[in-house]
Amino acid sequence: MNSIPTAVSIRAVAKHFGQFVAIREMSFDIADNEFFTLLGPSGCGKTTLLRIIAGFENTTSGTVLLFNEELKNLPPNQRPVNTVFQNYALFPHMSVANNIGFGLHMLGWSRKDIDDRVDQMVKTVRLEEFINRKPAQLSGGQQQRVALARAMAPKPKVLLLDEPLSALDLKLRQQMRAELKALQKETGITFIFVTHDQEEALTMSDRIAVMSAGEVQQIGSPSEVYEQPASRFVAEFIGDTNLLDASVVSAQSNQHNQVDVKLDSGECIPATAASPHALENGARGHLSIRPEHITLNALSTTNDLAGTIRNTTYLGTDTQYEIKLDSGVNLFTRTQNSGNQQHNFSIGNKVNVSFAPNSARFLSH
Amino acid sequence: MFTGNNNRTYNPRRYPGFLFITLVCLLILYAPLLVVMGYSFNDNLSITKWSGFSLRWYTDVFTGPEAAKFKKAAWNSLSIALSAALVATSFATAAAIGMVRGGAFNGKTLSFGLISIPIMVPEIVTAVAMLIFFSMIGLKLGYLSILIAHIVFCIPFAYLPISARLQGIEASFEEAAQDLYADRWKAFRYVLMPLMLPGMLSGFLLAFIISLDDFIITNFIKGAGVETLPTAIFGAVKQGIKPNIMALSTLMLLFSVLLVSLSYFIGRTDKEKNDAN
Repeated sequence: MNSIPTAVSIRAVAKHFGQFVAIREMSFDIADNEFFTLLGPSGCGKTTLLRIIAGFENTTSGTVLLFNEELKNLPPNQRPVNTVFQNYALFPHMSVANNIGFGLHMLGWSRKDIDDRVDQMVKTVRLEEFINRKPAQLSGGQQQRVALARAMAPKPKVLLLDEPLSALDLKLRQQMRAELKALQKETGITFIFVTHDQEEALTMSDRIAVMSAGEVQQIGSPSEVYEQPASRFVAEFIGDTNLLDASVVSAQSNQHNQVDVKLDSGECIPATAASPHALENGARGHLSIRPEHITLNALSTTNDLAGTIRNTTYLGTDTQYEIKLDSGVNLFTRTQNSGNQQHNFSIGNKVNVSFAPNSARFLSH
Repeated sequence: MFTGNNNRTYNPRRYPGFLFITLVCLLILYAPLLVVMGYSFNDNLSITKWSGFSLRWYTDVFTGPEAAKFKKAAWNSLSIALSAALVATSFATAAAIGMVRGGAFNGKTLSFGLISIPIMVPEIVTAVAMLIFFSMIGLKLGYLSILIAHIVFCIPFAYLPISARLQGIEASFEEAAQDLYADRWKAFRYVLMPLMLPGMLSGFLLAFIISLDDFIITNFIKGAGVETLPTAIFGAVKQGIKPNIMALSTLMLLFSVLLVSLSYFIGRTDKEKNDAN
């Protein structure tokens, strides 16, 4: 057994709304103290899964376990989990203090205990001077903090966050990311965070479950899902990538899933297969290469891939190059601007293109 | 929109005779009321001959020979209106929560129709139907039959502002309450009801006015000896109009205007609050 207890266990959970399948059968575990993110485009089932954990929706089949206890038919008010809602859902007729104390009041805490806990929470979210205000008198960021404090006041075992940053402007969103992450580390509460924003997911999460069309595509650390995407969807949804049609020419049976693939344009390239299964020769798929993993060099005589710079875009920290390989394939690359002039290329320059075999991910169909 | 000298702007105020027609309409609407109000202060037994200002007919309403009858009728009217409005508001609140929060269910459109149709049914039809129904089930006509009838026809009037209000309240407030350990009753008591309250007050006041004002249905099913203010006034007028009826009518009018204004201000401040958000 793992030494870290499992906070939430999703076991063969499926959810149908009539004919519509919101969640196909999925199973995975979320560890205690983990900042776990459900990432996916709208309609992928991430919010439905969150609402199932909170108790607002029943599963069509399967169960959810919270610290090894089955939750199946418990109503939301009997589950030791709290939610930060997308629109915050702060009670407009109550002061900040009464909003934060609401859960404690419902749990039957004494007046004094409630006051102490509310004081502690407003200090945590730095809203001491706003304690008697109504939610409508607060800015978006302050409302966000009240929603957090209200959800965390009853000391839930798991905190569910439904796109809590989506209503904030960019600057505030970036600031709140750091605050949320710090708050999670400080309190040790398991966070389950729903977002469609890959940057949010990458910067805050311990692990990310990438979802699409009701299915989990991949679960892994931010670097795993970015560097080693398991499917075309993950490679495209998280960050930018070059996707090239290719087929396997020699599947090596040794470790690291090394394969040689042949691009449809003719080049043979050593790559890493994302699939754990053995690949047959001729299997078709896509080669995914992150633009920043590609190195450009002035044309030399070695038999690297050769091409011509078609366009350059200056992005501040990076420069993006569009390259047309001699075989006709288009690639784009990103090179960090080091201030060193010799690495700069201009339109029409002939260049060699190179990348490590483990940067070229073969994603089978 | 440009409202200046733009010829294409539709502005009825520029039509010839606009002011004149407006004044005529207002006169037709309000002149009878003004006459009643004015002549209620007339110091004369005749209802058409003015002979100076006096409050004698107001005194007469409270101390004159018919005072006991009016007092009884007023008490019946107020107590029935209060009870009917309270019960109707509770029923309408439950109906609104079921209709607005119940999700999609079979016969939802039909249910909404069944709730609101009574507003459109001619009152005389309802009155006859209720009279027949009460005599069929053997209910003795009197205070109770009036109360039941008033509760029934007040429900749709109370329902409309309550359901309109509830439709503007996001379901996430109740979900947040339940998420924070409130059971269904506490979520209603501490979160939903305070948010619905302006709608419930509007519904209550509307139901109260409708009940207070009702004549046709009440007249059919009141039975002998039980009067509400409208039926008492009608009874008194049948013997010839005395100025004390004008005083009584003016008092009722003022009371109704007061309640309607109250209802309007509750609704308005609420809308302004929403606009500010």
